[in-house]
Amino acid sequence: MDALFAIAGRDFVISVSDTSNARSIVRMKKNYDKTYKLSSHTLMSACGESGDIANFAEYIQGNVRLYSVRNSQDLSPSETANFIRNELASSLRSRNPYNVNMLVAGVDRNTGESSLYRIDYLAAMSKVPFAAHGYCAHFVYSVMDHEYKEDITLEQGFAIVKNCLKVLKERFIVDFPGFTIKVISSSGIREYSTDDI
Amino acid sequence: MNRFVEQLTKTDGADLGESFTGASSMPAGLHFELAAGDNPASFTQQYTDVASEKDARIKIAHGTTTLAFKFREGVLVATDSRATMGNIISSQSVKKVIEINPYLLGTMAGGAADCSFWERVLGMECRLYELRNKKRISVAAASKLLANLVYRYKGMGLSMGTMVAGWDDKGPGLYYVDSDGERLTNDLFSVGSGSTFAYGVLDSHYRYDMTVDEAKDLARKAIYHATHRDAYSGGVVRMYWVNENGWVAYPLEDVGELYYQYHPEIQLTNSTESPLRVNASA
Repeated sequence: MDALFAIAGRDFVISVSDTSNARSIVRMKKNYDKTYKLSSHTLMSACGESGDIANFAEYIQGNVRLYSVRNSQDLSPSETANFIRNELASSLRSRNPYNVNMLVAGVDRNTGESSLYRIDYLAAMSKVPFAAHGYCAHFVYSVMDHEYKEDITLEQGFAIVKNCLKVLKERFIVDFPGFTIKVISSSGIREYSTDDI
Repeated sequence: MNRFVEQLTKTDGADLGESFTGASSMPAGLHFELAAGDNPASFTQQYTDVASEKDARIKIAHGTTTLAFKFREGVLVATDSRATMGNIISSQSVKKVIEINPYLLGTMAGGAADCSFWERVLGMECRLYELRNKKRISVAAASKLLANLVYRYKGMGLSMGTMVAGWDDKGPGLYYVDSDGERLTNDLFSVGSGSTFAYGVLDSHYRYDMTVDEAKDLARKAIYHATHRDAYSGGVVRMYWVNENGWVAYPLEDVGELYYQYHPEIQLTNSTESPLRVNASA
């Protein structure tokens, strides 16, 4: 029941995830951050099987940081996404594969270009202008398909996010306690509250 | 290149299942037996029935209410004391709080054996940490040890929902760890079949700035109401308070007696016609 989606502009990506963590019918936590900072300009959000998410994400986080320590250089978003896909693909054919879906958003520090990768638990990866995971995808994909244009500004991106959140509130039976909204741009990762956008 | 980094990293293409969980390997001398065969997880699974307890040979005792919350003066931990196997009450005097060390408590929900075994292992790990580092382990680190430990056995039938509560340099600490490998921190948790009832009472009256007496009253009431509605919870209320000097245990309180305390208008009499008398005046 997680809500995870993101929209990319030319030089920024907006990442949105809900803040609910539930076991069976009980909400255990309502301020849970589903995003993982992989480097100063790369952010990963994840949903899927509990336990697997944190374990896989922290494994990725550790290895991406290890790369920067060893090579004194961060992985670019595309390198990061391909590394994650490869790890997940190897795990897929192991005895117990990770059941995790991810969105990897980042800005390449050399070219200044943004990119967004959608990776699912079967290790299928695609580079996309916008993406969503989970049930919320049924609601927000149409909104994004309808309103997305190439080279949108941050304000236009926020307007789409607002409409996505609106349709979730209006039509999705799950009432989310809140959303983590983070923007990745050349100046790094910045968090926004739902009132700010 | 950095030799230290190299030592800590596997550079060969070792089996992923190994290297993913390798960071939390068991200490030498402690080995947990796995079922022999190609896939120990699926082998164990067919004999372990966590959900329905129908035809499986290994039946797991569960059904519980446990709760813990942080407040101004520390952490309050409370549990019921009933153990069930299917629809049989197998014990009314279970100790569902595990005293890991004088500053750390663990609670027990799900498989009793799984919880007591793994929290005992956690106790050992925490003691080893103390001896190695000459300081007490933080609640965050202790709960992470447990989460990593159970994550290695994911899908093999472990069943536990536990809270690790304690006091460290950062003040009160409270983490929820379960057999899925999930680990969360929050101000308030309740685990077990009676948790929904306990949450009902806790959420409506919880404040962070409670006194110890107010916290005890709230915890007692939450456990009592959970035992009242949940058939798989009952027995006595067991409460602990963790403060900066370690944990303090409180006397046990029978939920049967609490019923009459919370309902003074109802009295138990010896009369055969109406053993329960309701005071008209009350």
